[in-house]
Order: sequence, then C-alpha cells, then structure tokens
Amino acid sequence: MGMTIGEKILARACGKDVVKPGEIITAKVDLCMSNDGTTHLNIDIFEKKLKGEKVFDPEKVIFIVDHNVPAESPKTAEVHKKMRNFAQKHHVSFYEGAGVCHQIMIEDYVVPGQLIIAADSHTCSYGGLGAFGTGVGCTDLTSIMHSGETWLMVPETLNFVMEGNFRQGVYARDLILKIIGDIGADGATYKIMEFSGSAVKNLTIDDRVVLCNMAVEAGAKSGLVAADERVIEYVKSRGRHEMHLFVSDEDAVYEQSYAYNLADIEPMVAIPHNVDNVVPVTEIGEVKIDQAFIGSCNNGRIEELRVAAQILQGKKIAPYVKLLISPASKEVYLQALEEGLVDIFMESGAMVLNANCSVCWGGCQGVIGEGETLISTGTRNFKGRAGHPNSSVYLASAATVAASALVGKITDPRGMIG
Amino acid sequence: MIKTLPVVLYEREMIGMMKGKAWKFGNDVDTDQILPSQYLLLPNVEEMKQYTFEPLDKEFASKIDVGDIIVAGENFGSGSSREQAPLVLKALGVSAVVAKSFARIFFRNAINIGLPVLICKEIYDSVDNQDTLEIDLQQGSIRNLKTNDKFTSTKLPAHVMKILEAGGLIEFLNKK
Repeated sequence: MGMTIGEKILARACGKDVVKPGEIITAKVDLCMSNDGTTHLNIDIFEKKLKGEKVFDPEKVIFIVDHNVPAESPKTAEVHKKMRNFAQKHHVSFYEGAGVCHQIMIEDYVVPGQLIIAADSHTCSYGGLGAFGTGVGCTDLTSIMHSGETWLMVPETLNFVMEGNFRQGVYARDLILKIIGDIGADGATYKIMEFSGSAVKNLTIDDRVVLCNMAVEAGAKSGLVAADERVIEYVKSRGRHEMHLFVSDEDAVYEQSYAYNLADIEPMVAIPHNVDNVVPVTEIGEVKIDQAFIGSCNNGRIEELRVAAQILQGKKIAPYVKLLISPASKEVYLQALEEGLVDIFMESGAMVLNANCSVCWGGCQGVIGEGETLISTGTRNFKGRAGHPNSSVYLASAATVAASALVGKITDPRGMIG
Repeated sequence: MIKTLPVVLYEREMIGMMKGKAWKFGNDVDTDQILPSQYLLLPNVEEMKQYTFEPLDKEFASKIDVGDIIVAGENFGSGSSREQAPLVLKALGVSAVVAKSFARIFFRNAINIGLPVLICKEIYDSVDNQDTLEIDLQQGSIRNLKTNDKFTSTKLPAHVMKILEAGGLIEFLNKK
C-alpha cells in the first residue's frame, strides 16, 4: 500500500519506512518558529516551568516579530524586548519588522520534505513548497525549542485534484474560498489537504502557498503540494540545496478525493462571520464598504500586488473609503517599489503600510470601528477579527478587494482587469 | 470582579470528578471569540482573563464560578493557534470543556495545559444553560444533575490521557 506525500514526510521525520494514519509518532522537527503573538508565554514556560538552559539547536529556532510591529503600546514593546533579549541570549535567529513570519520562512528557510512546526495556525503555508508545516500552541512549541522533538498523530489525507486554468480575474484565492465553502470550516479537521492534478504545474509558488495557507480554515493539520521543478528552482535560487522530494504513490490511500476544474471557478467572497460562508461575488448584492485591505500571509505577495496595481492604475479609490496595503515582507515591498507598484497605490489614494500582519489580525493597525465593513485579503472574517466586535469582515482576492475599493462596494473585478 | 482561582484545590480535583454549571455555546466558536487578538500581547494570563468571550458576552468573566463547564457544538476553538484561549478558560476556573467536536490545535493546547476536553455529541441538546453537570473524567461519563441523564464521551488515546493526568505537557516532560 502506497503513501501520500504527508505520510512520507512524517515517516522520514520519525525515522521509519512506513507510517499509517492514526499512528502516533515521535518526530524530529527540522525547524521551529514563533512570533510575537505568543512568544512571551513560551519564554515564561521555557525559563520558569521547563527550567530550560538552552534551545536544542539555535539554527533551527526562529523568532519573528510580525503581529504588532512596530509596537503600539508599552506593554507590546515589553513583549518585543523579551523576545529580543531571549534571542540574543540563546543565539536564535531573530527578525523584527521584516514581514509576516510565514513569508520570511518561505523566503529564507523552507525546503521541500521538511517538518516545520510553528506557534501560528497558518504554518500550513509551507506545503506550497512541499514541506509539512503545522501550527501548535506555545507549550508544544516550547517543548520543541527545548528537545527538537514532538509527538504527532499521522493524519488521513484528502486529495483535491485540480485541472484546467483560471479564467481572467479569478485566482487561487477564489479557489481556496470555494473549497472551504464546499467542505466547511471543519471539513478537513485533523487531516492533510493535498492539492494535486494536471493544473498544479501552471500554478506559481505564490498560488500554491495561497491554497495551503488556508487549509487550517477548513480545520486541516497541513496543506501540501508535491514540489516540482518550479519549487526546486526557487529554493536553489535562494541558496538552499538540500531537500527531500516526495510525491504521493499511485496506490496511496486518500480518505476522500475531490475534483475541481479551475475554469469553473468564479470570484468568491466569504461573508461574515465564518470563512466557510462563501458566495460568488455575483450573488453578493449591494454591500457598501468602509475599508479595504490587501496583505497578510495569504495574499500580500508580489503577484497579488501586481494584480491590485493593474486594477488601481490611474484611478482613485471611492470617497470616504480607506484602502490599506501591507506587502507580506520587506523583500516584497522593495520589489513593489522597484516595479512602480507603490507609486500606483499611493496615487490611487491607498495607504501603504510596513510589512506586518496588519489589519488581518486586528491587533494593532488599521482596525475598524462599530458597524463598519471591511473587505480584506486576510485569512479570517471572524466576529470582531479586525476591530470592534460589532463590525463586518468580508474575504476576497486582491483583485476583488482593489475593485471594491474603487467602487466603494463589493465589486466583481472581471472587466476591470485586462 | 474576577474571582480568584483556588489553585491547589483545582489541581487536585482536575483528574477525577468535576461538578459545575454549564455555559452553553454554539458551533464554530473560534479562538478570536474566546480571546480577541488585541489582548494576546498582555504580559500574562491574569491580565487577559477578564476579556474571555468578550465578543459574545462582555460579562462572562465576572459571571463564571470556579469549576464551571463549557458546553459547545461542533468545531470548538477553531482558527488561531493562540494558547491564550484555553489558558484564560483555565485561569477563570473552567473545569472542563465538553463539545460535539474540537478544532485540532485548541484540543491539543487544552491537553497541554491540563484543561480536560471531552468529545460528546449527544449531550448538547439535553443541557440548558446553567444546568449543573458532573463529569467523571476517568470513566468519560457526564451526568446532567437536573435531568439525571447520563452520557459517555469519546475516550482519549492513552498517550494523551497520560499528559492530562500529569497536569499538562511540561509537567509530563518534567516527570519523565
């Protein structure tokens, strides 16, 4: 009986030839990462409860300040200071203000075949490069920082077989919203979502990350796409040459398979307050917006910024509407500057923010007030996610968000891009 | 006013019999509802706990008594990996969470901090808010003392039970 990519990565991580769903394994972790959303608690657990003296391998532990950066309060500044001091003392890699943690990991660390565990639910993003990423809380992360190991249950795999090409104005973001709408917010709980089929070769790395990143919004433990030449070339171009390339066996066992033709996908919108509450933009009716946001670990990369710029070029956003744009990393920001995208954004009336989690997580920057409506490329539209408990968040692609910012209400981007 | 948790009593009683009032929630209660993002970077859980369930019930933290039990529908604790979510529940004195199903990371985090989580699909419709429930964690049984109905929860894997019995993952590792 064959194995899926996810099973093969976990087998390698626990030093076995074969693992089966349901089996509990002790796995060696290739990399662990923690951000300012929880690291102050990790440090307390590490020092006070675990009485840890050193991390298992400073080169494999990464701290990234990305959630509330720059600090918006003295209390947050203390949290950042605590991280900075710990990182210095233990010589772990440390980033502050360089971008959203997952984008930094993709740019600087991830290679196919790794097991990466981080204290952030969107760690599943790394499946876009063929690595098994999964999110945990700070107690698990602290124990990994200390020992380099963790226990995991091998999950079942769901197979999403994709064929065809997207039509103009439709993106990977619309596909993943459609899939989550179809299977539900707990449709993949505890499972791996593998994305496969003839369409994969035409998907860029950004597209693949977009798909895997939101696997957790269907409850999944991880999202995965088999690494191909495109990924190998990218990883090598970043100076990383050691990797483990796995593909699912032909006789691999999937719990269930789903078929999607990309040509059938339309621009989709997740309406408040759940990510699986999804409708085609054509059915949304009249929804006026107060604010629009382009950014986050899902949708703040250069390809999405180019799409937004194409729509915004030479136009002005609607009166009394705010458009906030936060590139996913410093590198993406510099690229956007070089390509003239930042000029286009600012001339359209947008505010361009530093690279950070920003509006997506509602912790510091660009929050919305009571009764206000936001359309966002962020990852979640939970009640109160972007500010006041009585506010509304709609999720869509960068194209739909840019088009909506121009019109002042949720708008189908097809016809505005050409 | 937030009540202070008698830690010693709570730790001793955690694995065994638990009794408390039920606080009922629906499906897909995400961790942003349990503790909103803007409170995650407060210095410690004691400062965070007053905001527990703020988007759903501003008064929750002041109404709950030590030992009370959360009863929820499907997919409790979905969304963010924030361990602050189970931590604030534990800090307020919640003795267990009973749900039809849990999101993966919340479930694991709760076990890791020694907060019992029980999966039971049948009990939800037979409990009203504020009914008193009694849980026998070893047996995996839950009784509604008002109606005297008894339910059985899904048994946790032995490995997971050991972590819970130790009082959490760090305690389990320290013992080892």
